Amino acid sequence: MSKKPEKKEVGTTGHVWDGIEELNNPLPRWWVWIFYATIVWGIWYSIAYPAWPLLKGATEGYLGYSTRAEVAADIAAVDAKNADLVGKLEAADLTALSGDAELYQFAINGGRAVFAANCSQCHGSGAAGAKGYPNLLDNDWLWGGSIEDIAFSVTNGIRNEHSPDARWTEMPAFGEILSKEEIAAVVEHVRAISGQEADAALAAAGETVYLDNCAACHGDAGEGLRDMGAPTLNDAIWLYGGDVATLTETVTNARFGVMPAWSEAYHPAGGLSAAEINAVAAYVHQLGGGE
Amino acid sequence: MGILDRHKVLEKNATLLLVCSLGVVTIGGIVEIAPLFYLENTIEDVEGVRPYSPLELTGREIYIREGCYVCHSQMIRPMRDEVERYGHYSLAAESMYDHPFQWGSKRTGPDLARVGGRYSDEWHVDHLVNPEAVVPESVMPKYSFLLNKEIEPTYITDLMSTHRMVGVPYSDEMIESAKADFVVQADPLGDSAALLERYPGAQVRNFDGQPQLTEMDALIAYLQMLGTLVDFSTFTPDASR
Repeated sequence: MSKKPEKKEVGTTGHVWDGIEELNNPLPRWWVWIFYATIVWGIWYSIAYPAWPLLKGATEGYLGYSTRAEVAADIAAVDAKNADLVGKLEAADLTALSGDAELYQFAINGGRAVFAANCSQCHGSGAAGAKGYPNLLDNDWLWGGSIEDIAFSVTNGIRNEHSPDARWTEMPAFGEILSKEEIAAVVEHVRAISGQEADAALAAAGETVYLDNCAACHGDAGEGLRDMGAPTLNDAIWLYGGDVATLTETVTNARFGVMPAWSEAYHPAGGLSAAEINAVAAYVHQLGGGE
Repeated sequence: MGILDRHKVLEKNATLLLVCSLGVVTIGGIVEIAPLFYLENTIEDVEGVRPYSPLELTGREIYIREGCYVCHSQMIRPMRDEVERYGHYSLAAESMYDHPFQWGSKRTGPDLARVGGRYSDEWHVDHLVNPEAVVPESVMPKYSFLLNKEIEPTYITDLMSTHRMVGVPYSDEMIESAKADFVVQADPLGDSAALLERYPGAQVRNFDGQPQLTEMDALIAYLQMLGTLVDFSTFTPDASR
């Protein structure tokens, strides 16, 4: 026989149905007291903190707590701590930035964070770029690699509709201007001047086409032109690719690389402050290719 | 009298039990249901928020269909680190026309509440076609099929009427011109003046770079407007929130 609790040990509720008695096992005291404590805590909480929705707004709470006030205070506290350096960075002469060791260090570290959050998606977390998104580590710059040029590119972006000062040029789609044969020839010429394997006869024919159509922006020898954001073609660095298929596509349909304007004055959903832009310009400038 | 004895009074008196149960249920009901009737007052007035344009709404349907919300939130919480990374914390008004809302609960990828304008359309195409092409460390799946799925505004009127039923203020005019608006938003050469009047701040261009209208156009139109509607220079936070 299994052990049955004795009635006397437990006690009954007094309920009896057909001779079956309901035992009375009250909850442990500690449990009951914690339960009461949570009720008291709940009432206290709803008085101390914003809780009850009313017809217009909600009760503000005795402690006057507000998440928004807290985050504003958090941000203000950090801003106040950095105010000195940020103020200096905002007004800094970028070319002389590296002279002030403390400020330069601050700019580079801040710039690294800005880059990771905003720039790395296109330019890569290590700034090595991707097809169509320039590598920022090398000496090949589309629009200029001085720290001021970089800051201008970040502020106004490239070919976007938000900043009136966005760097803007447009390569024509030569598919509508040149014949297929001329495009094939000019592609070979570009491969020849960039030191790649090329069909010599086609390349020679392509030179005329190149000089007539491409040289105005890309230079007679393919040296590129920064005022036009025209890439250098006589090196081994490619933005979209230097193989025949990619070059043919580039010449036929042209390319239209867009970069957003990051200044908070132009950016539709936030953007960067002047100090942040100077910081990220300093960061990018010291990555390897800065001029 | 012990608590059990007092309870016995209730248990042995059916009418009293009924009345008291009703009292308990009423209190619970009022506490839980009544606030829903004046929920509106939790949404602060901000300038600029408007219902989604037909193309954006379609893009939003694709966003939901593909389960983007499983990995991406659309809710910038009021914390310093989030505000510094993603921008101003999200406001209730910014998702007031979302049915269902896309706040999400997990971030495998970044928050998208203010992704609008952050990247070029071309980047979005490259990234959706093959995320690893632009972000090598990405674990996002490829969505290249969106480029090939052409869309027609077949059900857009129904979709907008449904949204109107649950409280989105689409006017009769908006619903009547939905099909035209749907097409014209992805056509930079079309006459989009009426569209822009109905949906201020709508972005009109060929989003995916292809001549035909595809799901990619709709999705990018949606992504590019996220978080761009509120003009924060005219916004003062209400301290009690």
